[in-house]
Amino acid sequence: MEIAIIKYNAGNVQSVMYALDRIGMKYQWTDDEQVIRSADKVIFPGVGEASTAMAYLREKGLDQLIPSLKQPVLATCIGMQLLCRDSEENNTTCMGVFDVPVKRFVSSDLKIPHVGWNSIQAQGENILMEGLKKEEYVYFVHSFYAPVNPYTTATCDYVQPFSAMLQKDNFYAAQFHAEISGMAGQKIIQNFLAL
Amino acid sequence: MLTKRIIPCLDIKEGRTVKGTNFVDLRDAGDPVELGALYAEQGADELVFLDITATVDNRKTLVNLVREVARHVNIPFTVGGGISSIEDVSALLNAGADKVSINSSAVRRPELVDELALQFGSQCIIVAIDTRFVDGNDWVHTHGGRKITEIQTMAWAKEVESRGAGEILLTSMDADGTKAGFANDLTSRVSAQSSIPIIASGGAGSMEHFYEVFTEGKADAGLAASIFHFKEIEIIELKKYLANKGIPMRI
Repeated sequence: MEIAIIKYNAGNVQSVMYALDRIGMKYQWTDDEQVIRSADKVIFPGVGEASTAMAYLREKGLDQLIPSLKQPVLATCIGMQLLCRDSEENNTTCMGVFDVPVKRFVSSDLKIPHVGWNSIQAQGENILMEGLKKEEYVYFVHSFYAPVNPYTTATCDYVQPFSAMLQKDNFYAAQFHAEISGMAGQKIIQNFLAL
Repeated sequence: MLTKRIIPCLDIKEGRTVKGTNFVDLRDAGDPVELGALYAEQGADELVFLDITATVDNRKTLVNLVREVARHVNIPFTVGGGISSIEDVSALLNAGADKVSINSSAVRRPELVDELALQFGSQCIIVAIDTRFVDGNDWVHTHGGRKITEIQTMAWAKEVESRGAGEILLTSMDADGTKAGFANDLTSRVSAQSSIPIIASGGAGSMEHFYEVFTEGKADAGLAASIFHFKEIEIIELKKYLANKGIPMRI
């Protein structure tokens, strides 16, 4: 199986690679259109700031490529937010695979960013959570969130309920860092690779 | 519900785990990679690796160690000790660390916090503050707690947050090594004025101490070393105990 990890200017891609190493999978870290198009699975990870990331993706034409992909795509953290319509983070227009906005957490009593292990609840049919409990703990680090919407396949509660996972057609997305979310995260990655 | 985090800290010297009392009198407690993976399996929420003899010579050893840890551990981990530049942080993050912790170098040059936050994002920048109570006030200390500065702890915590720190690792040098409990009063004051998570460190000796630091101390995470290394407290037992007492825990 060919796995392509999309190379762009977002940090912390290394931990995704190690997560694949741990389950014995090979991958390519690439921004080459042909390699990405022909891969069996595409992973779009990263941490970073939305407007800087989108500017880079536009410059490389990846903002056109990614939404047009036909194979299963897994986007995590900022990757998920970039697949949404727009983000309140520096008022950024994103790729719009999921027609939902990304908003900033606002709270007078809870700490922002939302950092640490929180529980997620599967909603409806969540194929990536197959074999897991209906409620699992995963690791989050973020200040922006996608509200609960028709594409939500798992919810989390911090300040208010928000989307922990989204799915539309071949696009799967997780707000949390599956790659460092213990055995639950590993299972989610394995389920994605088994699609 | 967002859980409170239990974080074992592994002090590293020349690639091995050590932990002493009040940072002297070191004892060997094993291989860091094996120990880290074991802790992850036993339910640790995160790991901290602290290179306590950070020198230029040791840098490569540390980067190699980080790579090995990342290959074997499936929870977030932080690396600290002797980090003073963008290059240092870049090498550690590229090797697979999820976060870095800076201490003396931030005191020497506070702009470093801004630079690192801008370059890598606040989420991976922890500022470690070693604090000691001297003449009626809490003062920031450097050099493993040996050197007092002219900076007050509360003010410094506020400053590093405004400069872009993502979390604060607050170590009470008064409590460290005593096993008499965390510095709950100071921790709660720092936590109350901060909108970023506070990791409390120093003084853990019993399961009750963790309960106290999460309730009285208002900490977001509790960090300890020797009590875990020498199995005085098993992480899974600690988490069950805290969950039974109503503290949100990932079990």
